Amino acid sequence: MNVAKRTFDAVIVGAGGAGLRAALQLSEAGLKTAVLTKVFPTRSHTVAAQGGVAASLGNSTEDNWHWHMYDTVKGSDWLGDQDAIEFMCKKANEVVIELEHYGMPFDRTDNGKIYQRPFGGHSMNYGQAPVMRSCAAADRTGHAMLHALYQRNVRANTQFFVEWMALDLIRDADGDVLGVTAMEMETGEVSIFHAKATVFATGGAGRIYYSSTNAFINTGDGVGMAARAGIPLEDMEFWQFHPTGVAGAGVLITEGVRGEGGILRNASGERFMERYAPNLKDLASRDVVSRAMTTEINEGRGCGPDKDHVLLDITHLSPDTIMKRLPGIREIAIQFAGVDPIKAPIPVVPTCHYQMGGIPTNYKGQVVVPKDGNPNSPVAGFYAAGECACASVHGANRLGTNSLLDLLVFGKSAGETVVEDFQSGQLKLKPLPADAADVSLARLARLDGQTKGESVFDVGLEMRRTMQKHAGVFRFDALLKEGVQKIGEVAERAKRTEISDQSKVWNVARMEALELDNLIEVARATMVSAEARKESRGAHVRDDAPDTPENPNGRDDANWLKHTLWYSEGNRLDYKPVNLKPLSDDVEPIALAKRTY
Amino acid sequence: MSINRGRVRWQCRRALLELDLVFTRFLERDFDRLTDDQVADLEELLRCDDYDIWAMVNGSKACEVDRWKEMIGLLRQR
Repeated sequence: MNVAKRTFDAVIVGAGGAGLRAALQLSEAGLKTAVLTKVFPTRSHTVAAQGGVAASLGNSTEDNWHWHMYDTVKGSDWLGDQDAIEFMCKKANEVVIELEHYGMPFDRTDNGKIYQRPFGGHSMNYGQAPVMRSCAAADRTGHAMLHALYQRNVRANTQFFVEWMALDLIRDADGDVLGVTAMEMETGEVSIFHAKATVFATGGAGRIYYSSTNAFINTGDGVGMAARAGIPLEDMEFWQFHPTGVAGAGVLITEGVRGEGGILRNASGERFMERYAPNLKDLASRDVVSRAMTTEINEGRGCGPDKDHVLLDITHLSPDTIMKRLPGIREIAIQFAGVDPIKAPIPVVPTCHYQMGGIPTNYKGQVVVPKDGNPNSPVAGFYAAGECACASVHGANRLGTNSLLDLLVFGKSAGETVVEDFQSGQLKLKPLPADAADVSLARLARLDGQTKGESVFDVGLEMRRTMQKHAGVFRFDALLKEGVQKIGEVAERAKRTEISDQSKVWNVARMEALELDNLIEVARATMVSAEARKESRGAHVRDDAPDTPENPNGRDDANWLKHTLWYSEGNRLDYKPVNLKPLSDDVEPIALAKRTY
Repeated sequence: MSINRGRVRWQCRRALLELDLVFTRFLERDFDRLTDDQVADLEELLRCDDYDIWAMVNGSKACEVDRWKEMIGLLRQR
């Protein structure tokens, strides 16, 4: 089959915050840049980020990047690479001020500076007191950021391919990356995007879980493509969960509801948090509340016919209070749980929110893999940034407001590295292998020719249920072991998906089948990596790795202070060291300590 | 110019989970029954910002464009 070919200096996959920030760097440097995106850029999931973006501007309280770095390393439970973390925290002010110059409507102090608000985990003087570090545009920070970056890209003449879905990474015999194959949804035609540099900025894959706060577009397309092309995935066992998503829907119920007096109850109506956190009760930290909820459900005290959730009760608050202080939450409960919280409690479960792991990169945004004894050897022509990448700045647990910072800093850094490599002549347009599109065409032919196959919806549902039950917020050895087997079976079924409608044009069923191919890679990586890691660290908490004097919080640095690498081929694991050494002499390494708040 | 329904269906994929859930319900229940004129109205509505659509659906913001009101009404139905 003849496949159309388009040639660019750089192709970027994904037009959320990281993709747009990288694209801007390239377009402004005069590189011929294509951005592929399956939805219109300003409908990327970056829009949903509300909290803010961290930067130690010190506008509202004293602050500096050393304190931010300490909070980030501690948040990561020491699994974050300290060179990348130093780089990010040092660069934060620069990228935020740049964004201000692009027209981002940040909230302001009385004297006109960017207003900063406090946020969980942000501290001054190495954990001593809260600090005001989060720069926000009301509760629409991600939305405002994405619009500012999109406008700037329009000005810089970035070429967008909207409603194009990237299918597979193209590598040659040397392992170098030469671009991607992609399908135009309007025609169903496959093209090759041949480029000197390929940047993945495809976001997270939170849709592997049954209960997820992520929008439906978050299917880990870049992560899946990288895995299929032989790139290992790093630290995929680490996912951040939020305790209160609406059961069966995933929509977030903010912590503010418990702040206003909301109470969590089990099937017998008991306020169970009194047993787990006698002092803070329902206001204990996210991980404590999530684990308590999971324990109640696992021990048979869950609510509903399937005993699969608990209840968030605000019926004791006056209707006036609910209408005045929590109107948005009331609407969410009515829309998605079918209950008016004035009259009945809201069913909730711990819900997947953010992917810490991803495609391994260094602080320059280069994708790195083990090769010839070097655990971090760059893959020529391949770069990644944002939630799909693992730099690794979030380690085992992300600090709040560092996600928007990550995509600004590493989107820009990946862009800068591409420009440098391009201008030095290091990036070349290598000849395409004759079979460059064969993998994609074979996948499509298999899908179109499948008979007596599996429904995409059924297989996807089984994947999401398996992940939720076996690799949720609180993990158990037997469940994980069973989960590895089960997700393997689901992955086999995913190889036989069938679609009844085989039209070329705007075939949503085909898109969903292709997205499932990506999700299933992420799900396998998560389950296998989680089963293997026998300690508790950050967001990965096992009941058989409890808090002891030898292993505080169940963390086992002697054996597990290392990054996981999962390879799709052979379902194989490898490990590489954590970089505990900062990038420069400006800061001492942050020494290992117990993570307590 | 005729509107491709598959395209409109795809454009119901949004940035916010709240809207994905609302549109899923709507696509299963209502979409196939819409007239071409109604699909045209929907396509126009889909050009709005996600937060604006969600505000119209959850009632915190009034829908000021008459021809979108029918769609907003359908999206609101549980």
